[in-house]
This record gives sequence, structure tokens and C-alpha cells, in this order.
Amino acid sequence: MNVITDSHVEGTVEHEDHGLSDLGYIKIALLLAVLTAIEVLTYFVDFGVLEVPSLLILMVVKFQIVISYFMHLKFDSKIFSYLFITGLVLAVVVFAAMATSLVFWTDPAGCDAGRFC
Amino acid sequence: MDNATEVNTSQLAYGPTEWDDYDVPPLTTGLSNEKMTMWAFLGSDCLLFAALISTYLLLRNRVGPDTDGSTAAELFDIPFTSVSSFVLLMSSLTMVLAVTSIGRGEIERCKMWLLTTATLGAVFIAGQVYEFTGFYREGLGFTTNISSSAFFTLTGFHGVHVSLGIIMLVTLWSLISRGNIGAERAETVEIIGLYWHFVDIVWIVIFAVVYLIP
Repeated sequence: MNVITDSHVEGTVEHEDHGLSDLGYIKIALLLAVLTAIEVLTYFVDFGVLEVPSLLILMVVKFQIVISYFMHLKFDSKIFSYLFITGLVLAVVVFAAMATSLVFWTDPAGCDAGRFC
Repeated sequence: MDNATEVNTSQLAYGPTEWDDYDVPPLTTGLSNEKMTMWAFLGSDCLLFAALISTYLLLRNRVGPDTDGSTAAELFDIPFTSVSSFVLLMSSLTMVLAVTSIGRGEIERCKMWLLTTATLGAVFIAGQVYEFTGFYREGLGFTTNISSSAFFTLTGFHGVHVSLGIIMLVTLWSLISRGNIGAERAETVEIIGLYWHFVDIVWIVIFAVVYLIP
């Protein structure tokens, strides 16, 4: 890891350069490319009942890798993580609220679920 | 400068900000105001896209009582969109390389990566325009049915985010070229990078949930 010398303050304060080396980031990008290729593969190959779970898992893994390494959350202050995760949790709540409408809020009068009623 | 300030400054990711010129720590947490603001914005932006994605999922199979036509899902060109997704994913790599370059003081290399990132973003937008044009020719416009409205609103909002990111990248490149931003302001590049990575992770979700999950 690189060490940056901070010359703007009295005395010398050294702190670590957060993140990976360039080669490390390239390896992460290659991993993301492979995961994307597997995602696309599910379109051409029938994964059966595993298709949706595998796509969701791949999506979460890619999401996690990008925010951890490319966005430096893994190396940065936890406060940044808390800020972002708060928004993310609220977003999941919004999504869950919508999901309830698919189950609990369907028209009891026999409205066709495939059409706007 | 007292010891407390030194400790706070040492927690900055890429060196001091302009606040240090006044011997004022950025926040009592020792973190940068600008970076904190960007993270708060990104957290709030998650809500916007959650609402848009939810709306699309709710309406994607519905064409409305008095309208007809295909849904967007029936017209998807997955191989083409996969290439676009790959391009956007690789732009995240070039963005992070720009951040690390300026962190090392390599200004010219940083400028090159910034331009590469903006170019890849422009390729993604061009692909989206091509996709939208194809849908329109197939008879699927924004007002064709409620499903298409939800689809174009979601992907259109993402496209606007990418376009704004391209403008920010080009502006940043211009500021660096004119010497207004140097290695001592590397955090500016990092903050723009956070925004760029965010549009990438939003697309990761859209690509999986909207395009690939049947």
C-alpha cells in the first residue's frame, strides 16, 4: 500500500492510501466481468428453479464488490457506510411495501392480474 | 495545530481539503464535508430508484384498459444490453484508476482515465438511445401503455444520471487541465467517482431485475 505524506499540517502526519493497487482493481473488474457473463448465461441456458435465485445472488455480490472496493466503503470510515446503508434499507422498505401490493392488494372482484384495472 | 486536529486530518482518505488552509477540521468526525454530503445524496438517491424499480415491477405486465401494444420486456435485446452493461461496468474500473492516479500525483494519467470513463459512459448512452429508438420503431413509445411508461421512466432516469455524470467528468477534466484541481484536491475526483460508481450499481440492479429476471 502506498503511504501519503501530508505536508499541509504542522509536523508530518502519515496515513495509508485507502484501497487496492491498480492491478488489484483490474482483478476486481475481471471478476465483475465474469459474474456478468454468468448472469447473461442464464438468459441462454435454462437454470430452472435456480434462475431467479442465482440472478439475485449474482446481483447482490456484484453490488457488494463495487461499493466495497471501487467506492472504498471497505476501507473508509464506517460513517459513510452507515449513511449509504440507511438509504439502502429505506429503499428495500419501499420495495417491500410494493411487494405487498402484489400479494395483499389485488382486486377482490376478480380483476385480471395481467392487466391494468 | 493541536493533536486532535492532526488525528482528524489523518482520517481523510486522500489528504487534506481546502478547509485545512484555515486550520479548521472538516467535521467533528474528522471527515470531509463534501464526501459526507455525496454519501448522504447517494443514500437518498437509492430511494428514488427503489421507487422507480418498484413501480416498473408492479406495472411491467399491464398495458391498461384502453391501450394495447407490447410490453418493453417482449422487445428486450439481451445480448445488446449485456454489451452495454459490460461497457458501464468497465467504466467503473477506469474511474477508480483515475482516482488512484491523481492520488499518486499522476495528473496526465488521471486525465486520460477520466476521458476514457466519459467515453465509455457516452457509449452506454448511445446504446440506450439505440435501444429506445428500436422500441419506438416497434410501436412502443412512452405513452403507448402503462408498462412502457414505467420502463422508459426508470431507464430514462438512469440515463439522465449517467449523462450528468459524463458532464461532471468532462468538467473535472477541464478543471484539471487548467490547473484548478491538482493532486492536493484528489478528493474532488474521488467524490465524482462515487457518483459514477453509484450509477453503475444502479444499473447492476436494473440489468438483473428488469432485463434478466423473467
